Amino acid sequence: MTTRKAELAMAVFLLLASIALMFKSMQLNIGWIPGRGPGAGMWPFYLSLGMALACLATLYRWFRGTTPQARSEEPFVAPDALPVVAITAGGLFGLLVSIHIVGMYIGLAAFMVFYLRFVGRHSWLMTTMFAVGTPIFIFCLFEWALTTTLPKGLAIFEPLYYPLYDLMY
Amino acid sequence: MFQEILVHLGEGLLEAFQPLNLMMIFLGCFAGLFVGALPGLGSVNGVAILLPITFLVPPTSAIIFLAALYYGAMYGGAISSITLGIPGASTAVATVFDGRPMAQKGLADQALMAAAVASFIGGSVSIVLFTLFAPPLAKFALAFGPPEEFSLMILAFATFVGLGGDDIPKTIFSILIGLLLATIGLDIISGRPRLIFFDIPGFMHGINFLVLAIGIYGIGEMLWTLETTQGQVTIHSVKTSWSRFVGNLKLIKTYIGGSMLGSFLGFFVGTLPAAGATPASLMSYGLTKTFSKDPESFGKGNPAGVAAPEAANNSASTGSMLPMITLGIPGSPTTAVLLGGMIIWGLRPGPLLFSEHPDFVWGLIGSMYIANFVTLVLNLALIPLFVRVLATPFTILAPLIFALCVVGGFAPTQDMHDVWLMFIFGVFGYLLRKLDYPVAPAVLAIVLGPLAEASLRQTLISGQGSAAVFLERPIALTCFFFALMLVLYPVYQHFTRKKAKAADA
Repeated sequence: MTTRKAELAMAVFLLLASIALMFKSMQLNIGWIPGRGPGAGMWPFYLSLGMALACLATLYRWFRGTTPQARSEEPFVAPDALPVVAITAGGLFGLLVSIHIVGMYIGLAAFMVFYLRFVGRHSWLMTTMFAVGTPIFIFCLFEWALTTTLPKGLAIFEPLYYPLYDLMY
Repeated sequence: MFQEILVHLGEGLLEAFQPLNLMMIFLGCFAGLFVGALPGLGSVNGVAILLPITFLVPPTSAIIFLAALYYGAMYGGAISSITLGIPGASTAVATVFDGRPMAQKGLADQALMAAAVASFIGGSVSIVLFTLFAPPLAKFALAFGPPEEFSLMILAFATFVGLGGDDIPKTIFSILIGLLLATIGLDIISGRPRLIFFDIPGFMHGINFLVLAIGIYGIGEMLWTLETTQGQVTIHSVKTSWSRFVGNLKLIKTYIGGSMLGSFLGFFVGTLPAAGATPASLMSYGLTKTFSKDPESFGKGNPAGVAAPEAANNSASTGSMLPMITLGIPGSPTTAVLLGGMIIWGLRPGPLLFSEHPDFVWGLIGSMYIANFVTLVLNLALIPLFVRVLATPFTILAPLIFALCVVGGFAPTQDMHDVWLMFIFGVFGYLLRKLDYPVAPAVLAIVLGPLAEASLRQTLISGQGSAAVFLERPIALTCFFFALMLVLYPVYQHFTRKKAKAADA
C-alpha cells in the first residue's frame, strides 16, 4: 500500500468512526436539561462532531494534494522493515492471547524465547537467562513488593504458584 | 515573600535528603540517563512505562523518582547523539549537529563534557527560575474558578495548533480524540454510563490515561524504532584520560555564554505545552550560532553547538513542570503523564497543591536541586558504561520493554481488557504517527479531559446554559484571546507565504 492510499484509508476510517461516535453519543441527552445542566452526551457529541470535521478537512487536503502524505507514492511501511514490524506486532498479539491461557509468567517466558531466539538469533544461554529471569523479576516486583496479582491463566496452572505463595506468606 | 521561599526550600531540601528520597533521586537519574541514551526512548517513554512500578513508594518519593528520571533523560539523550550520531530522544536532535562531527574527529569526550556541563548550567538556571516563579504563580492561580480552568486548557490545546508545527486538522483530531477517550465510562455528574462500546464491561471503569500513554509511548514507539533503526549503527570510541579531562575543563569558558542563553530560553519555551524541549534546543542552537563570532564553525564540531541545545533541553524539562505544579496544566507530554500519576496518588494538581501538600511540592523542588548534581556526577563517571549499554542489541531490549509495557498496562486496573486496549492504541498510534498525526496532544488531552469537561459543565450550569459567563471573567477572556491568536497564527502564516510566493513569481 502506498502512503497516499494509507492516508485516504485512515481519514475515511476515522471519519466513519467519528460519525459512529456521534450516533453513540446521541443515545444520551446531548441537549440542555432544564434545572440540571448539560446532558451527559453533550460534550462527547460535540467532540466527535469536531473529529468528523477534522477528518473532512484532511480528506479535502488529500484531494487537493496538500499534505505530503497525499502526494507520496512511497510504500506505507518500508518493505525491508515490514517483516520485523509485523513479527513484533504478531508476537505481542500472541503474548496477549497466551496470557489468557497460560498466564502472564509462562506467556512472558515463551515470548522472550520467541523474540530472543527466533527474531534476534541470540544464543540459547542468553535466551534462557532472559526467559527465566524476566518472569522471576516481574513476579518479585508485582506479587511480592506491590502485592498485585498478575493473571495466571486457566485454573489448572494455579497450583504451579502454590509453593511460591508459601514462600511469601 | 523571598524569605518564605527560602524557608520552604530548606524544608524541601531536608525532605529530599531523606534516605528513601535520596535513593529515588539516584535511581531516577540512573534510569533516566539510561532511557535517554537509548535511541528511540526518551523521558516520556521512561516515565510512562515505569509509572506503574512507582506505586511501591509513597507519592512524594514516586514523583521525585520520576522527576529525576525526566531530568536524567535530558542528559542521557546527548550520549547517543554524540557517540552514535542518532539522537537518543527527539529532544537531543540539535545535539547531533555538532556532537557527531566532534566524535568523528575523535573528540567525543570533549563533546560529552560540553553536554554534561551545559546540562548542569541549564538545570541550575531553570531550577532557580522555577523556585522563584512557582509560588507567586500558584498564589495568582488560587483565584481561578471553573471558567478560568477551562479557558487555560483551551489555551494549552491552542498552543499545539499554533506552535506545534504539525498538520492542523490532524492536530485538532488528536486533541479531540484524547478528550473523547477520557469521557468513556461512568459520567461523574449524571452517574450514567457513557460510550460503552458493544456493552463490553471493561469500558465501565473508563480508559486509564496510562493505557493510552504506555500504548503510544511504549508499544507504538518501539514499533517505530524497530522500523527506523534498521541500518547498522556505529559507536564512536570515547577516549578518556586525566590530562584530556583537565584540557576539556579549560574549554568551558568558550561555551558558557551560549549555555546561559539556552538555559533562559529553554525555561520559558518549556512552559508552553506544545513547544517544550525539542524546539527550545533547536532555537537555542540557532541563536547561539547567530550570535557567535564564528558561525562558520557550527555544524563542523564546535563545542558551543553541543552546549547550547543541551542547556536548553534540560532547562525546558524544568520549565514544563512550572505550569503542571502551579496551574495543573502540563507543559509537555512527560509532565502530562506525571500529572496523571498525581491524580492516581490522590493529589489534585494546581494552585492548592502549594498550600495543601507543601511537603510534596517543596520535596520535589528540593530534589531537583540534588538531582542536578547527581546527574552531573553520574554522567561524568559512567560515560564508559553507557557507551557499552548502547551496544545492547535491540532484539534484547525490545522484548524487555514490551514485557514492562504489558505488566504496566495491567497493573493500574488489573484488567486484561486494558492490556488489549493498550495493544490496539500502540499499533494504531504507530500507524497514525507514520501519517503525521501528532500523538502528544492526545495524551495531554486524555489526562486533562475529565477536568476540562467538568469545568465547562460547571461554568455552563452557573451561567444557566449561557456561555456568556466566560465574557465576564477577565482572565478567562485573556486566555481565549491568546488561544484565538494562536489558532489564527498558522492561517496568517499561510497567507503571507502565499503573498511571498506570488511576489517571487
